[in-house]
Amino acid sequence: MTDAALSAARAERGYWQRNQQTLAPWLFLAPGILFFVFYVIYPVFQSFNLSLYEWDGLGAKEYVGMRNYEDLYWEFKDGDAFYTALKNNVLWLFLYLLAIPAGLFIALFLNQTVTGIRLYKSLFFFPFVISQVVVGLVFTWFYDPAFGGLNLLLGWFGMGPINVLGDEKYVTYGVIAAGLWPQTAYCMILYLTGLNGVNPEQIEAGRLDGAKGWRMLWHVVLPQLKPATFIAFVVTIIGALRSFDLISVMTGGGPYGSSRVLAYYMFEVALSEYGFRMGYGAAIAVVLFLIMLCFIAYFLWSMYREEKR
Amino acid sequence: MFPTPLEKRPRSARITYQAFLPFALFLWLLPLLAVAIFSIKPGADFTNANYWGVPSSFEFAHNYGQVFFNSDMPRYLLNSFMITVPTVIGAVALSALAGFALGIYKFKANIWIFFMFVAGNFVPFQILMVPVRDLTLSMGLYDTKLGLVLFHVAFQTGFCTLFMRNFIKALPYELIEAARVEGISEIQIFWHVVLPLMKPALAALAVLIFTFIWNDYFWAVVLTQGPGSQPVTAGITAFNSEFRAMYHLMSAGSLVAALPPVAMFFLMQKHFIAGLTLGAVK
Repeated sequence: MTDAALSAARAERGYWQRNQQTLAPWLFLAPGILFFVFYVIYPVFQSFNLSLYEWDGLGAKEYVGMRNYEDLYWEFKDGDAFYTALKNNVLWLFLYLLAIPAGLFIALFLNQTVTGIRLYKSLFFFPFVISQVVVGLVFTWFYDPAFGGLNLLLGWFGMGPINVLGDEKYVTYGVIAAGLWPQTAYCMILYLTGLNGVNPEQIEAGRLDGAKGWRMLWHVVLPQLKPATFIAFVVTIIGALRSFDLISVMTGGGPYGSSRVLAYYMFEVALSEYGFRMGYGAAIAVVLFLIMLCFIAYFLWSMYREEKR
Repeated sequence: MFPTPLEKRPRSARITYQAFLPFALFLWLLPLLAVAIFSIKPGADFTNANYWGVPSSFEFAHNYGQVFFNSDMPRYLLNSFMITVPTVIGAVALSALAGFALGIYKFKANIWIFFMFVAGNFVPFQILMVPVRDLTLSMGLYDTKLGLVLFHVAFQTGFCTLFMRNFIKALPYELIEAARVEGISEIQIFWHVVLPLMKPALAALAVLIFTFIWNDYFWAVVLTQGPGSQPVTAGITAFNSEFRAMYHLMSAGSLVAALPPVAMFFLMQKHFIAGLTLGAVK
C-alpha cells in the first residue's frame, strides 16, 4: 500500500479507530477512578480540612485553625486519652509483629507431607477466616474471670485468677493476643506458600556445605522467603494500625479508656454518646493517617524499585 | 524441602510428629472449641456454674433453633448477603477493567494511577469516616444497604486493582499484539482475549472480597443502624445485648455469624489461598 492510500484508509476509520490505543485505557479506568476518587481520595483531603473546624455534625462549622491539634498536644503532654491511645498504638505495632515469626514457626512445623496435612493446614488457618467481632467475643469469654478457659489453665498451675480485660495493666496485651491469633494464621499461610517455592537445589547445596537447622533457615531459606516476609510485614502493620473491631467488642476502650487506640478513640470522639466532635475526630484521624503514611511511603517505594527492575 | 522431610528421619520422629499434630491443633483452636461446646449446652448449665463439665443435656437443636427462629439473626444474615454479593460483583468488575488498563497499556500516568489505588487501599478507615458518612447522609443512603455497598465497592477497588493489574501483567503480551495485528478492537481484546484468561484471578478475588466484606464491622457501625440494614457483624452485638448472659445462645449466634466465610473458605480453598498469597512467591 502506498502512503497516500494508507492515510486515506486511516481517515476513513474515524477518530476512535485511530486513537483507540490511547483512549482505551482511560475508558477502562474511568469507572474505577471515579468511584475511588469520590469515596477514598477526596475524603482524605476533606478530613484534613475538617480537622481545622469545630463541628457537631449538624450545625454550622466553626473555623478554629490549629486549635484541635493544640488540644491534642496538651492531651499528649498531660498523659490524657490521646497519650494513652498513641502509646497503645505503638504497643500494637510492635507486639503485632510477633505474628510474623510465630507464623513462620507454625509454617515450618506444618511443612511436612504426612497424611491429612492439608486439612491440618486449613484448620490452622481457620482463625483468619472468622470475623474479628467473633474472635473478640471468643476471647472475651476465654478471659472471663468467672468461667474463662484462661483462668482454668492458670488455676492448674496454681496461679490467677486474673481479670485480663478488667485490669488496666493487662487489658491491651489481652486484646493484642486476641488479634495475634488470626494474624499469625495469615502469616503462616503466606510462609507456607513461600516455602513451597523454595529452591530445593539450594537447600541441598546448603546441606552439602554442612548447614543445618537455624543456620540453614537464616542463610538459605529466609532470603528466599523475602517476598513472603515483605507481604507479611505490610499486612501486619496495616492490621495493627487498623485495630478497631477487637477493642470495640472486647473492652469498648475500657477500663477507664486504658485500651483505646487512635482508631477507636477517633470513633468515640466523633460518633458516640460522648458527643459528636467531628473536627476533633478528624484531627485524630489525621495523626493516624500521618503515621500510616510513613509506612505507605515505604511500601510504595519498595514497589517502585521492584517495578524499575 | 525445608525443614528436612520426615521420610528422611527416624521412624520415631515421624510417630512423635503425627501424635503431636492433633494436640497442637487442639491447643490452637481451643478458644473456638470452647464456644462450640458452649453453644450446645443448656442455659441451666451456666446458672449452675457448670461451664466446663459435661453438658447436662444436649441442646443443639434448641439453641440453634432459638437463633434462627426467635431472633433477628436471619434478617442480619440476609442483610449480610445482600451487602456482600453486590459488593463482590461491583468491585471485581471495576477492578477487572482498571487492572486491564494498567496491566496492558503503557502511558505516562500509568504507574501513578496504580500507586493511587495502592496507597488508597492502605489508608486508615478513620480518615474517611466523617466525610463518607456525610456523603452517604446527603445522598439519602444512610442506613441503607446500597450506601454500604457503594462505599465497599469503591474501597475494595483499590486492593482488587492491585491484584488484577499484577495478574494481567504476567500474561503473555504477545497474545494482545497478535490480536491487534488481526485488527481486533481493544474492547474485544478485553472481552474475548484477556477476560477468559483472568478466570482464576476473578475467582480468587471474589472469594477473598466475600470474606473481607462479610467480616466488616467498622463501616457497618458507621453507615447503618438497626436490623433493617445492618449486617450480621453489627447485628451480633445487638443480639448479644438481647440475650445478655445467655452464653449458650450468644455462642450459637456467634458461630452462625462466622459460618458463611468459613464455608466459603473450605469450598474454595485453592482460590482463597491463591488470592491471599499473591506476590508472596515469585
